[in-house]
Amino acid sequence: MRVHVLKLCWVGLAIVGLTSGCGKPRENITLAGSTAFQPFAERLADQYMTTHPDVTVTIQGGGSALGIQSALSGAAQIGMADLVKLPSEADALKSLVVARDGIAVVLNPANTMTALTLAQVRGIFSGTIKNWKEVGGPDHTIAVISREAGSGTRSSFEQIVGGITLTGDALIQDSNGTIRETVANDAHSIGYLSLGLINSKIKPITVDGAPCTEKDIMSGAYKLVRPVFLVHNANVSPACSAFLDYVVSPEAQEMIHKNGLIKAK
Amino acid sequence: MKINGETIAKSVLTVVAFSALASLLLIAIFIFKEGFPFMLKVGIGDFLFSSTWNPQAGLYGIFPMIVASLYVTFGAMIIGAPLGVAGAIFMNEFLPRSAMRIIKPTIELLAGIPSVVFGFLGVMVLAPFIRAHMGGPGLSVLAASVILGIMVLPTVISISTDAIGAVPNSYREGALALGATRWQSVYMVTLRAASSGIIASIILAMGRALGETMAVIMVAGNTVRIPHAVTDPVRTLTANIALEMSNATGMAREALFATGVVLFVVIMILNAIALSAIKNRGGSK
Repeated sequence: MRVHVLKLCWVGLAIVGLTSGCGKPRENITLAGSTAFQPFAERLADQYMTTHPDVTVTIQGGGSALGIQSALSGAAQIGMADLVKLPSEADALKSLVVARDGIAVVLNPANTMTALTLAQVRGIFSGTIKNWKEVGGPDHTIAVISREAGSGTRSSFEQIVGGITLTGDALIQDSNGTIRETVANDAHSIGYLSLGLINSKIKPITVDGAPCTEKDIMSGAYKLVRPVFLVHNANVSPACSAFLDYVVSPEAQEMIHKNGLIKAK
Repeated sequence: MKINGETIAKSVLTVVAFSALASLLLIAIFIFKEGFPFMLKVGIGDFLFSSTWNPQAGLYGIFPMIVASLYVTFGAMIIGAPLGVAGAIFMNEFLPRSAMRIIKPTIELLAGIPSVVFGFLGVMVLAPFIRAHMGGPGLSVLAASVILGIMVLPTVISISTDAIGAVPNSYREGALALGATRWQSVYMVTLRAASSGIIASIILAMGRALGETMAVIMVAGNTVRIPHAVTDPVRTLTANIALEMSNATGMAREALFATGVVLFVVIMILNAIALSAIKNRGGSK
């Protein structure tokens, strides 16, 4: 009996030795940041690892701010950030636009409104327009729904629309998904979320006459668009820069596009 | 010295007992270490009593959230405590033992339902109902109070039931022998004798309501503003920490720890009040 156990141990050791001993050590790349781009990064990473078995790509969330910080501190080689403009602390980093994301202004399907101007959107979210009647809708108070302070989607939205000091009446939800549920539940609400997350429960509207579609985003008619940045140190490992090249390659861009984001170029 | 099983068991149990205490102490120290310097930097008065919360602009006023936490907690108590105590009285005094043996475990099962499920029910059923019948956005103080009131029921009922069950039968028999009706014996004798246990159940429930986060985020609306009506949306202290945690860095992150400090102190104050209430009752008996 004892002999058997010993033999088994040797076999086990041999297997471990064979699999780990030969070949190069696996290269590890870590991406951290934007939760909006996280699912896309995960798919890209999965695909990349099937063709590059010697590389492990790890994706972490944490938000755009954390992505920039991680890239600065070296906690992650690559940071993901979906902001209109990178903050000044990211000046030390190289950045690369890998996709673009439309922010759709959405209403409940029961609402008869289909269009707002940018100025009206600004008024509604700032609290100067409080009733749907003022923008040509039914006589009912507008329920404004926004994201929490620090959200990348919210800061992008407020920067692009410009001059928004969020009304104190606004309800706050903590993710794109809960914004969608809240708007779907309240006939008089208005919210905004990432283009890729629109479904039949909510109704995107036109802003300044342009619908939130890929065509109008590409032509520049629809203004509520933010880029998705990957930020990294100037001197990254060869494996890391190979991955960055892959993300902007036609194949990866096609995959990003198929899943709801807009290509970088 | 011979080491026997008894000494080993004793020392292991001592270590385990103190590790619980130590972790509590560590959490307290950590929260205060992260949050207290921030409060001094911003000014304790400004932090506690100003009403604008805008971390991006450097404004950190949590007064509306303190008010919101207290409103929602007391709202939950107004709904949960009478229901819970009444349920406990009914089960102990008016229900046959055999029925209680089925009902009590069922109610305790309620405690095992995750808070996100309660929150989901609140968003899908309660909030639309309030919006349709009482106005406002639906996500409100009232919605949060009702949901929390239901969530604390198992705590109130099971501890109150135990307290009422522990009242000696001779008390009830004495009351009945003196000509009291069944209801008179309940509220004049049994409830008084069980009062410290009932108050304890309400304190525990209060702690649960004050600390509940997930369900509250889902149904309270999270607007940082002092509510003027029960249909106004509010953001509680716990909701503030959970909402902004993922995106907070630097000062904003410290502000969240400071929110934690305030929550800690509020819970301590509530517990102190409640404990002294129990003591006073004990003294006057």
